[in-house]
Amino acid sequence: MTAVAEPIYIDDTAEVLQPEQVFEKQVGDVHVRLTKTEMDEFGRELDAIRHRILADLGTRDAEYIRDIIKLQRKLEVGGRALLFLGILPPAWLAGTTMLGLAKILDNMEIGHNVMHGQYDWMGDPGLRGQEFEWDNACPADQWRYTHNYMHHTYTNVVDLDRDVGYGILRMSKEQKWDPYFLFNPLWAFLLMVLFQYGVALHELEAERIRDGEIGFRDKREVLSEVWGKVKKQTMKDYVAFPLLAGPFAPVVFAGNMVANLMRNVWSYTIIFCGHFPAGVSEFSLDEAREESRGHWYFRQVLGSANLTGGKWFHIFSGNLSFQIEHHLFPDLPAHRYQEISPQVQDICRRYGIPYNSGPIHKQFGSVIKKIIKLALPPGLGGIGERAKRAPRRQVRAEFDARQAAEAAGEVVRDAGEPSVKPYRVKAITG
Amino acid sequence: MFTEMLSPRLKARVSESSLLKVLSWPQGVDSFTEVADRSWTQHEGRATVTAVRWQTPRSVTLTLRPNALGAQLFADFRAGQHINVAVEIDGRRHTRCYSPVAAEGSALIELTIGRHDGGLVSDHLYRHARPGTVVGIGAPAGDFVLDPTDARILLVSGGSGITPVLSMLRTLRAGGHTGEVAFVHYARTPEDVAYAAELRELAAAEHTTVLFGYTRSGAGELSGHLRAEHLATALADPDAVYVCGPAALVDAVREVHPEARSESFVPPAFRPGAASGGLVSFAGSEVFVEDDGKTLLEQAENVGLTPEFGCRMGICHGCTRLKSSGVVKNVTTGVVSSAEEEEIQICVTVPCGDVVVEL
Repeated sequence: MTAVAEPIYIDDTAEVLQPEQVFEKQVGDVHVRLTKTEMDEFGRELDAIRHRILADLGTRDAEYIRDIIKLQRKLEVGGRALLFLGILPPAWLAGTTMLGLAKILDNMEIGHNVMHGQYDWMGDPGLRGQEFEWDNACPADQWRYTHNYMHHTYTNVVDLDRDVGYGILRMSKEQKWDPYFLFNPLWAFLLMVLFQYGVALHELEAERIRDGEIGFRDKREVLSEVWGKVKKQTMKDYVAFPLLAGPFAPVVFAGNMVANLMRNVWSYTIIFCGHFPAGVSEFSLDEAREESRGHWYFRQVLGSANLTGGKWFHIFSGNLSFQIEHHLFPDLPAHRYQEISPQVQDICRRYGIPYNSGPIHKQFGSVIKKIIKLALPPGLGGIGERAKRAPRRQVRAEFDARQAAEAAGEVVRDAGEPSVKPYRVKAITG
Repeated sequence: MFTEMLSPRLKARVSESSLLKVLSWPQGVDSFTEVADRSWTQHEGRATVTAVRWQTPRSVTLTLRPNALGAQLFADFRAGQHINVAVEIDGRRHTRCYSPVAAEGSALIELTIGRHDGGLVSDHLYRHARPGTVVGIGAPAGDFVLDPTDARILLVSGGSGITPVLSMLRTLRAGGHTGEVAFVHYARTPEDVAYAAELRELAAAEHTTVLFGYTRSGAGELSGHLRAEHLATALADPDAVYVCGPAALVDAVREVHPEARSESFVPPAFRPGAASGGLVSFAGSEVFVEDDGKTLLEQAENVGLTPEFGCRMGICHGCTRLKSSGVVKNVTTGVVSSAEEEEIQICVTVPCGDVVVEL
């Protein structure tokens, strides 16, 4: 009997026919849905903006940052000089205001931005991001790690991005409620007035200490570095300058303290408006796993919010009023964010991705509301966390394992990936 | 600006004040004084241009007054050496090395910079250097240095190679050297010779011969390119010969005087060698590439890294990096080395297999 061979069909379309991966996120009333192809295209469009600005960097940017530094130095020298005449109330007021503004410029438009490596391309040894130090209790090296790397890479990933609550606040409903958070508004107020110390203790990982995972002993080195800086700043603002004023020491002391307070309250306000207004999304570790470049951009847009305002408002915010653009391109000179903002908005609109922006009173009002709402226990008008989440210890343990693997050289990065400066774009592999 | 009226001593006292150090923390005293005067800093050698002259259509001569640190560095200058000069162009800092024309011990630094095609820094200085321009300066370096104890000295230069050799001649004359000195300089035409008047003046002095050769004009004492009899006419049986200029000139002098000390300003003729196929690891950046035979500097730039560099021809050491392991070849010297933890100049070094560079 002769058998007739069955025709063989090779299904070479199988892969094409498989449903394409889809990314979804509920943002308030808006349901955002992008296919993988769209997400990649979204990433490419943003990359194009980045490359366009990088190719255009030049004299204009160099002059801008040098002008800001000049203004900062003049405000600082002028403010401190006026405070020596601080016995006259108008001189005290003017001196304190100038010094406060100088400290704000030093921390925000200069310190924060230079430390992101925004001016590394200039090759000016005085503007090298990796070596810059600022007038803030937080040691620059610790800042470069917790901010440039952790916060900017794992933006709004609950339990990894320590800017979500700074280890002491409940800023997301994804954080588990416990009675400690009844005092959420009080902690938030204290963090505001003592902000530079709060930022300095970022690396202390207070939440782990509270959870009993580590003790203060493990953080001895961090604390001694912070103490080293706090000592120097205290020596300068609260000992040396007041002593130089002789009998007017108390007015100089008070002026310096108010200037530091001004900087604390202002930078706290701007920073909290960057990530905590209503409508800003948080993410779980699962959502951030194996991200593509486009998806990383997507998370940065949804995890940030902008402030509207005039020229000087933006300058004294360190252009962090363009928080979305800053999170997309943390190493582009910040004064460029304003000019690319319309392009970013246009791209977001075309992909149906909400672009969160509003005036400071509205944005900060919604932050305060959130701080109060999240203080209340679930069931008493408060908001409980979703049930289906990995315990926070597990999230951190997984991250630690990844860090250890990287340190041991087990994770090899692809060539061409922007791997060191100023931030590392690499999802956590599970 | 008012800061020019401040005496250098007062400036130094401000810069070194320990009280101001406490008061200016963490930005530092320099970051305040710099705002008043860009050269007023203690963390970098800098110099202010005080005069600009265009002696020839293709060169610019700058007189520079170094700041305190710059003066300290320049005090060690020996005739024939070069210094790194950092210039900001369109917001970016570029470093090149130039041989000062000044005699040893001079307080001011004189540079004559030849403009050449595609020369970014030389062209920028030619067009934009003005009194008041501030540039960064490094420590003098280089082995091409004068030994003034020789009695009969023959100096030969071509084109912009005149600078270190003229520095030698000035140093000899200023130092009361009593032996015979001959200076032979080649240029395209008489218009291309910077310092012609000064050289003619020096030629009138005792025991000094100055001869010019023009390769594109017959006006000189010597005709055409260098020939053995040119050198014999200038000075027979010299004790020491110094030559600076294009490689062809250096080679021609060497044929007559094999022991001649030389410096060439032109990058070494370097054809990319065969790719070894080894793994080049830029360890600090965690970037890994397969060796394609180009220099380590070029390979790093090709993957988007931006290591510092200066001359790109193995002179200034601005690009020096630590090689942790691997075999490499220096393309200027041909030396192959396998030492671990070795400082290499990445602009003139190619891998010979797997290499790890701290970059």
